[in-house]
Amino acid sequence: MSALTESLRHHHGYCDDLFAAAETAVAAGRWTAAQQALPDLHAALESHFLGEEEILFPAFESATGMETGPTQVMRFEHEKMRALLVQMGDALAEQDAEQFAGAAETLLILMQQHNMKEENILYPMCARTLAGQAAVLEPLLRERLRRT
Amino acid sequence: MRPELSFEQAPPLDAPLRFFLAAPWFGAAAGALLSISGGEALASRWTPAALAATHLLVAGFMLQAMCGALLQFVPVATGGNVWRPRWVAACTHPVLIASASLLAAAFLSRHGALFAAAAYGFALALGCFGVVVGSALWRTPARGATLAALRIALTGLGATAALGIVLATGIAHQAGWPVQAVTDLHAAWGLGGWALILLAGVSFAVVPMFYLTPAYPAWLTRGLPVLALGLLLAWSARFAAADAAEAALFQIAGFGLGGLFAAATLRLQGRRRKSGDASLLFMRTAMLSLLALPAAALLFVALPELRPDPRAAVWLGVLALVGVFVSAINGMLYKIVPFLGWLHLKGLAGPRESVPTMRQIISERAMRGQFRLHLAALSMLLAAVWLPALARPAGLLFLLSCTWLGWNLSAAAGILRDFRNRIRANAGDRRS
Repeated sequence: MSALTESLRHHHGYCDDLFAAAETAVAAGRWTAAQQALPDLHAALESHFLGEEEILFPAFESATGMETGPTQVMRFEHEKMRALLVQMGDALAEQDAEQFAGAAETLLILMQQHNMKEENILYPMCARTLAGQAAVLEPLLRERLRRT
Repeated sequence: MRPELSFEQAPPLDAPLRFFLAAPWFGAAAGALLSISGGEALASRWTPAALAATHLLVAGFMLQAMCGALLQFVPVATGGNVWRPRWVAACTHPVLIASASLLAAAFLSRHGALFAAAAYGFALALGCFGVVVGSALWRTPARGATLAALRIALTGLGATAALGIVLATGIAHQAGWPVQAVTDLHAAWGLGGWALILLAGVSFAVVPMFYLTPAYPAWLTRGLPVLALGLLLAWSARFAAADAAEAALFQIAGFGLGGLFAAATLRLQGRRRKSGDASLLFMRTAMLSLLALPAAALLFVALPELRPDPRAAVWLGVLALVGVFVSAINGMLYKIVPFLGWLHLKGLAGPRESVPTMRQIISERAMRGQFRLHLAALSMLLAAVWLPALARPAGLLFLLSCTWLGWNLSAAAGILRDFRNRIRANAGDRRS
């Protein structure tokens, strides 16, 4: 794994931890803990999405000329995950554990499938294509992820 | 077809879904057959009813679910570009349904023409399916343990189908094949080379994903499919000459590999960070059954009074087919169908339109209820091998469990259809 995308890959694991904390808190009826855990997850995912959408993907698209390819699919999936986070937030506000669990379950699989495609396919493509720009892009990505 | 990476989430929903929706009804047919035939069906693996029920499960339930899963899984997990999945599904799916039904009828009626028709149907449908999926698997530039396992599994399917076609056409044309030896080889490739390796390859990717567990150890994901393939090739070279002791050794080694995979999966699931659900209960049942197989096989070899009893092989067969594969497939369908449904609706709906979540597509309560029935059916089927009076109620319970699964999946498809129509009607209203 290239250093360029290593921080993003590592951040996937961090987001998994935050997801597990939020889901476990709701399943146990610990609503106060969940009210802390869900915004943490939301913030971490948002900074991850923005790191990709504002730094990695534009560099890849400009290097390859592919603006409607894999990065567009990833952006669409980010939108779907954002919508599910909103649904989870609504369920949390209403303390509706069943509704929260349904949205969380869906987010988890979407997120894991998305991460698998990024780690197995897109990140290696980015690492190859952007090898010459890694020294510039990598600190920017790390800085973006550190904000959560 | 270019060897490009597929970044689309999945093929159109109806391509895998038609396979998933059909699968449970073959299980229901197997249960109905047992409830009609009674205890005699389980007296040996060679009774017409046992052969028909076995093939309703393996060439019906399991093959349907696994072909559907491959169409869905290959693009997502390996980036493989499956050529026209909707068209491939539309062509192969009806032929596979007809072939599995004909095969079960052939075993019950011993009619040569039915065996021949089933064999040609499988050759046509699996030939077409294998070329398309194989091409995607071998042309993708991606790498990894799941991809290697899927390639071996597809090779296993090819070997199983070829041996099955040889057997069926041999019976149809009354050729003098050594039927028992070739059948053992056919079963070994089917259960070990195709079903187990596919289950392992898919699990390597989805167990960490569905249950938030750590990844499987690399030595297992790299080693298990290759070891299983090596064992099957060694057995294929020896099967004609091997004596009973050597055959038992190969069988226990094969079950041992399955047990290793089961132990690793149970260990990972024990370290999961996600709350449990019905799908996890099914997967745990599958893995405990897989873990019990080598122990039971060893016990049957060690006990002289059981060694010659034909019911020992039937008991192992029930544990493998219903305990391992039906349980695992059932559990995975409860994740895959609601997720694909949600993805499909989300793709149709506008960004602000809400669509049902996975648990609104199939409720946790319905899944847990069916799990309890499945567990009761499995327990009674295992007991019925030794207590023939239980065969009819066991068959009935399995029929009910598969019907409930079929109902849950069909109801999910109904919810998807209703929402799709509503989304399209709303879009029409906005335009007019």
